[in-house]
Amino acid sequence: MDNEFRLANAGRIDRDRPIPFVFDGTEYLGYAGDTLASALLANGVHQVSRGVHSCRPRGILASGVTEPCALVQVEEPFDEPTLAATTVEVCAGLRARGLSGKGALTSRPDPARYDTMYAHADVLVVGGGPTGLLAALTAARAGARVMLLDDQSELGGDLLAETAPLEGRPPIAWVSGVCAELAGCQDVTVLPRTTAFGYYDDNYVVACERRTDHLGTAAPERTSRQRMWCIRARAVVLATGAHERSVAFSDNDRPGVMLAAAARTYLHRYGVLPGRRVVVFTTNDGAYQAAIDLAGAGVPVTALADARPEVPDDLAKACAAADIEVLAGHVVAGTRGDARISGACLAELRDGRLQGHREVDCDTVLVSGGWNPAVHLFSQAGGGLRYDSQLAAFVPARARQRVFVGGAARGAVTLADCLADGARIGAQASRTVGLSADAAPMPAVLQRTPTPSTALWLVPDPSGDYRRHYVDLARDATVADIVRATDAGLRSVEHVKRYTTVGTGHEQGKTSGVLATGVVATILGVDPAELGTTTFRPPYTPVTFAALAGTDRGALHDPVRVTALHDWHVAAGAMFENVGQWKRPWYYPRPGEDMAAAVWRECVAARRSVAMMDASTLGKIDVQGRDAAEFLDRVYTTMMSTLRVGRIRYGLMCRADGMVFDDGTVIRLADNHFLLTTTTGNAAAVLDWLEEWLQTEWPHLRVYLTSVTEHWSTVALVGPRSRTVLRRLAGDLALDNASFPFMAWRDATLAGTTARVCRISFSGELAFEINVPWRHAQRIWTELCDAGADLGITPYGTETMHVLRAEKGYPIIGQDTDGTVTPQDLGLDWAVSKKKRDFIGKRSFSRPDTARGDRKHLVGLLPVDPDLLLPEGCQLVADAELPAPPVPMLGHVTSSYRSPALGRTFALALVEAGRHRVGRRIHAVVDDRPVPVIVTDPVFYDKEGARRDG
Amino acid sequence: MLIECPWCGPRDETEFHYGGQAHVSYPDDPSVLTDEQWARYLFYRDNPQGRFAERWCHGSACRRWFNAVRDTRTHQIVATYRTGESAPVT
Repeated sequence: MDNEFRLANAGRIDRDRPIPFVFDGTEYLGYAGDTLASALLANGVHQVSRGVHSCRPRGILASGVTEPCALVQVEEPFDEPTLAATTVEVCAGLRARGLSGKGALTSRPDPARYDTMYAHADVLVVGGGPTGLLAALTAARAGARVMLLDDQSELGGDLLAETAPLEGRPPIAWVSGVCAELAGCQDVTVLPRTTAFGYYDDNYVVACERRTDHLGTAAPERTSRQRMWCIRARAVVLATGAHERSVAFSDNDRPGVMLAAAARTYLHRYGVLPGRRVVVFTTNDGAYQAAIDLAGAGVPVTALADARPEVPDDLAKACAAADIEVLAGHVVAGTRGDARISGACLAELRDGRLQGHREVDCDTVLVSGGWNPAVHLFSQAGGGLRYDSQLAAFVPARARQRVFVGGAARGAVTLADCLADGARIGAQASRTVGLSADAAPMPAVLQRTPTPSTALWLVPDPSGDYRRHYVDLARDATVADIVRATDAGLRSVEHVKRYTTVGTGHEQGKTSGVLATGVVATILGVDPAELGTTTFRPPYTPVTFAALAGTDRGALHDPVRVTALHDWHVAAGAMFENVGQWKRPWYYPRPGEDMAAAVWRECVAARRSVAMMDASTLGKIDVQGRDAAEFLDRVYTTMMSTLRVGRIRYGLMCRADGMVFDDGTVIRLADNHFLLTTTTGNAAAVLDWLEEWLQTEWPHLRVYLTSVTEHWSTVALVGPRSRTVLRRLAGDLALDNASFPFMAWRDATLAGTTARVCRISFSGELAFEINVPWRHAQRIWTELCDAGADLGITPYGTETMHVLRAEKGYPIIGQDTDGTVTPQDLGLDWAVSKKKRDFIGKRSFSRPDTARGDRKHLVGLLPVDPDLLLPEGCQLVADAELPAPPVPMLGHVTSSYRSPALGRTFALALVEAGRHRVGRRIHAVVDDRPVPVIVTDPVFYDKEGARRDG
Repeated sequence: MLIECPWCGPRDETEFHYGGQAHVSYPDDPSVLTDEQWARYLFYRDNPQGRFAERWCHGSACRRWFNAVRDTRTHQIVATYRTGESAPVT
């Protein structure tokens, strides 16, 4: 029968909105306002899953985020693994199945949207129970900008399951009144279904709002499913409540064992009876009301075992009136049953021993082992904890941030204390942000002085068998596991946690962490205060990666930078390579060509006729100011102050440790005006580097740096016929070697466009780099294509650029170097000034380590097999036979290509004392096999440099 | 974490990047230093438990370098001040 455990009238579910759902293949009926757990219980389903290792049946222990074992995989509306049934709202189209610990990620792409909000608040209140509501109300009335977050679907916290009148009315009426007043305040934001999961420095709290999950298949398509809230608050109020914990007794994991407060929540909030015959086991006052309420709902409560030798009079009387037998000094020693408990064993606990065992029939055991204040966020915020022996719990001590903790989260037990806390800390928080605040008046509430709890963590077992005394139901970890840890000599709860995995499940030990501390303390015979807790780290509850990513997914994950010519490259069928954030044409395959064929053709065109490349991604930094030349002398190894206007010089930059950092060219535009180029991937780092030195070491130098990478498009026109092509566009600009020599630049008008033409070559061929304003790039590119069409002008990509430069032995900083390579290692001594008194890196060249003769040098390699393409990164060894490990390594291959110019493969490599090995045979390890290679000079092509002048 | 940029005011930590120990000046004339002195400039930095004067750069905004005194035990930034100024607290 549907909903046979549902009461006719109780609860806050909407009976006018029945919602069918499927669990483990069976259809059930729930109602709007139900969680999956409450709807299953209403239908008499207790067993949800099985233990992750033990495979024992597991039911529903709790009613919220603390649930350790009722795990489900939601399959519809969208796959989501490892959710607690107590946190899944019943929604249209819900289909779920029980999980034995581990869920499965879907391969379906997630169609939902996720987004992020950034907010500032005067007072951020976390938790919408009695404490949080009164704190928020007090702050709102003081005029504070208030945010109130609560993880449930409606505000009220434990008041949703409370029956004692507040101001003479049902508590929920008071909640509605407060919510209505808050809703009317202009500067108050109330977010239900929002879990604050991270508390960082300077009152930065991150929360996740579940916006459409409860709507299921009826969720609006364009509303974000979940939203991250990143909140900076001037003051934070934590009213996060407390978590009830269990006690470790034998077979305490069977379905039907439930926390007492959870049973009360199911009864009052969802109108659901947890069972038909109940035994209660408690160490504190809290569980009595659950027993009395269930008896009032017609459920026989067979016995209430209170581990304390003395029972409070008023509670004993109330139980007697409800026909509940109270057994002082008693415990539940064990349970029996299979998929559901069928009975419990009661025993008297005297002097640490059990006696007088008594079996009773029941289908439900309600447990309360005490309450752990939810100190997670407080602790994340740097707050310290102390052990309160009256409560047998860890409570907040000193705070490190501007945070106020109240209510059950600081250890308050009664509703009256929680309300008083809320009013008090709401006013305190408001005053710390400069507002004059009066505590909101306390609603009239029944006062009762609680009696202290007893610290009972572990029910002793006469046989000494603790293999079924469960501590962590999520991890299937028992007291026996903890005994094994302490027997192995572990004392710290952090070590015990890692040894036993207690507290490492999806709920991160909300029901088991402090219990484990108590069990370890019991075993070792020490006070729990000496042991403390394990560290509370974000996130408080699991957060999906999609929510963390927000809108930063797919194309929005990282900015994509494209050049002005990108559309042309796409239309030309280019394959692209990612270089940093840039999309660069890699090669341009013609129909039927693979990469090797396309690169071969592009290389041949550049060497024999004319080819062109989009070099716009080169980093460009404009340097101006009175001291610009002096500054460049200090940061480049090369002398720059002697560069004449109109000329260009190659430059290397080193770190202070003498290692090569970047290279490029320097153009002198005027006495106090230079333009630098950097490698594509290093442009931002070079600008940062230069700024750092200017600001921190040489603030007296008058120099101004501007990134102009995207101001100038650069086209490299390369090949023996490049001059011919350029002449057709250049009008009266003299292009002969005498008028326009290598490493000079000229302003020109090309096809009606102002351009700066530089004679720079990264290929060894006659070449021109044509710089035009970004917006003119398309025009100049197509003009060049047209002008060179009859000569077979060929666009080429980065792969051909790499082959051409490697044939000339030009290193790529970052590919042929790795931050441990000096200019001398690269054979670039010629680019290191001997005349300058100092420059960054100079002093390091004479350090003993950088002056060693056996450093790794950049050399060429020719595999003996001319068709063998060495894998880049492969290791180099001396001999054909690998000795026993450790094998001495000589270096590694940094660049490797097939060369059309050489008609064979070749490579560049960093090799120990490489220049002294030129002509010698060493071996490259390819597929674990040493293959012979000959060490050569790194310049393979046109050693004399005859081709650069055409 | 909030960091008080001396030019912009308090801003979120994600706008900044770290630059190591402050007040380690580039030597006036590295050529006169012994190898050990030069190595100390290059590679040796303090690593105190407690207050530490550090360089930070407000890279996502004004792009200015400045100094901060931070307590390495708590991450609390005790003071920030401009490059070239001496630490207002120790």
